Amino acid sequence: MLAVQVLINALVLGCLYACIAIGFSLVWGVLNVINLIHGSFIVLGAYLAWGAYQWAGISPWFALAVAAPVFFVLGYLLQRLLLNRVITAPVLVTLTLTFGLDLILNNAMIYYFKADYRKLTLSPPTGSISLFDVVVPVDRLIATASALALTGLLYLLLRRSKVGRAIVAVRLDRDAAVLMGVDVKSIYAIAFGLGAALAGCAGVLMALIFPISPLTSSAYLGKAFVVCVLGGLGSVSGALAGGLLLALVEGIGSTLIGPAHATTLSFVLLIIFLVVRPQGLLGRKGFE
Amino acid sequence: MTRVNWALLILIACVASLPLFGGAYALRLGTIACMYAIFALSWNIVGGFAGYPSFATAAFFGFGAYATGILLNKGVPLSVAVIGSLLMCFVLAAALGAVLLRLRGHYFAIASLSLVEVFRELVNNATDLTGGGMGLNIPLASGSGILADATFFFYAMWGLLLITAAVVIIVSASKLGFGLNCIRQNETASNMVGLNSTLYKSVAFGLSACFVGAAGGIYAAWVHYIDPSDVFDILYSVKPIVMALMGGLGSPLGVVCGAFVYLGLEEVVWRNYIQIHSGVLGVLIIMLLLFLPHGLISLRSGMFWRRTKHV
Repeated sequence: MLAVQVLINALVLGCLYACIAIGFSLVWGVLNVINLIHGSFIVLGAYLAWGAYQWAGISPWFALAVAAPVFFVLGYLLQRLLLNRVITAPVLVTLTLTFGLDLILNNAMIYYFKADYRKLTLSPPTGSISLFDVVVPVDRLIATASALALTGLLYLLLRRSKVGRAIVAVRLDRDAAVLMGVDVKSIYAIAFGLGAALAGCAGVLMALIFPISPLTSSAYLGKAFVVCVLGGLGSVSGALAGGLLLALVEGIGSTLIGPAHATTLSFVLLIIFLVVRPQGLLGRKGFE
Repeated sequence: MTRVNWALLILIACVASLPLFGGAYALRLGTIACMYAIFALSWNIVGGFAGYPSFATAAFFGFGAYATGILLNKGVPLSVAVIGSLLMCFVLAAALGAVLLRLRGHYFAIASLSLVEVFRELVNNATDLTGGGMGLNIPLASGSGILADATFFFYAMWGLLLITAAVVIIVSASKLGFGLNCIRQNETASNMVGLNSTLYKSVAFGLSACFVGAAGGIYAAWVHYIDPSDVFDILYSVKPIVMALMGGLGSPLGVVCGAFVYLGLEEVVWRNYIQIHSGVLGVLIIMLLLFLPHGLISLRSGMFWRRTKHV
């Protein structure tokens, strides 16, 4: 039964990891920018859900609908006003710029919310489903379903909509996309906005399950990194596969050698993948 | 020996006269200035010469600090402990570099960033050896008074800076520096003309790590107490990059000037905005990248009416 429980936990956690990582993966894949603010966006989204519930009694599901447009606009503006100016600069410059932005956002959150851990507790509690010895809390299940729905939504958007096709086109070949009449600047901004919106939504879902604190942003960012590299850049299904693989390895590792080594294990996995298969599980070589 | 390198050595020599002018505060600031300059110079070997965006500085700083701390606790004298950590860092970094430096661009940046996390996690979990999250207490080195102690550690750090600068100058003028330059410009081509780029990059990574590790050792002995979140702070990885960007990538004199300017800014910000200092630091970084992409060197009279281009 323990094995089944570990498997189910990994499944639940894996979908959430995928949700954390897809926005990050999208930005990295399309803009070729490692977006170090991603972790802080997630935490900000969590605070949004927490604040809405605590102060106004708005349920997290509704907060999800609010977070998406708010974060989209935030990301859009950020890209247009700041990131766009250095988008052609080398890796080091874009990386350092997003790091600077992250410092500002994270510091602002520590300033306003302090470093305390908070928890969003729904009342009445949603309870949990237990079948034989396997227990799954309902709120986790709902969060997982929402994460899957968001992932599916992004997939549909990239597949079916005109903007989505333009994003994929820019990712595949920027110059050819320009020749086809795609406005690359605004596609970049939209992709960054989408990344931010997904981060915000992921944050709302995270608030349901994990304690919230500005200090956790780097952990989310680390997870996004690992999932991205495991799954392959800029691919939605890759993020899902990477998330599941990471959650599985972490779950099995924690059960076998203790939870204290889970991060080391995931980073060892990252290094192995970086060296052996840098294009990821579902990525294609030369596609980054 | 070029004129710029002479200027660098003269600048470092000027720093040595600091104890003549100030008390304990000036000495503390001077020690940190030397430490930052060591970071920036070391980062410059792999980031500036070879063009690999390394975020591993914090990893080796922490590693050196812990190695020295543990050795000191075992009763090894300070000089031996610091030299020991220097050698350990060199070997470890060269070995890791042989694997990690096969990656390029973003991937290398992330792999080196994750190195910091891995080291922190390992130190956190090796409770018997390192004290884990409780931190590590390090015995006082001399105990001959506050000012004498401060002077001693200032000169220790300054001496290390001098050695680092000398090595960087030698490297930049040597075959190794030439090879790294080739790797930065076109690695595939330099491989094809028979340059052993793996060896060159490994040595460069080792050199960029060993002095940082030794600085970590001196830092540990100086502050007498280290804990993982302190010495494996990711900011230690980012600061050298900001300094190098500030002073101008690739030039040893530039990055040392960048380090000093950065420290000055940091000190002013820390003093005045203690609650929001990292936010202000973020604003500084963004302003720097947006308006001075080539560092302080691009601060010429011409820049005000001619747009500077990005590299």
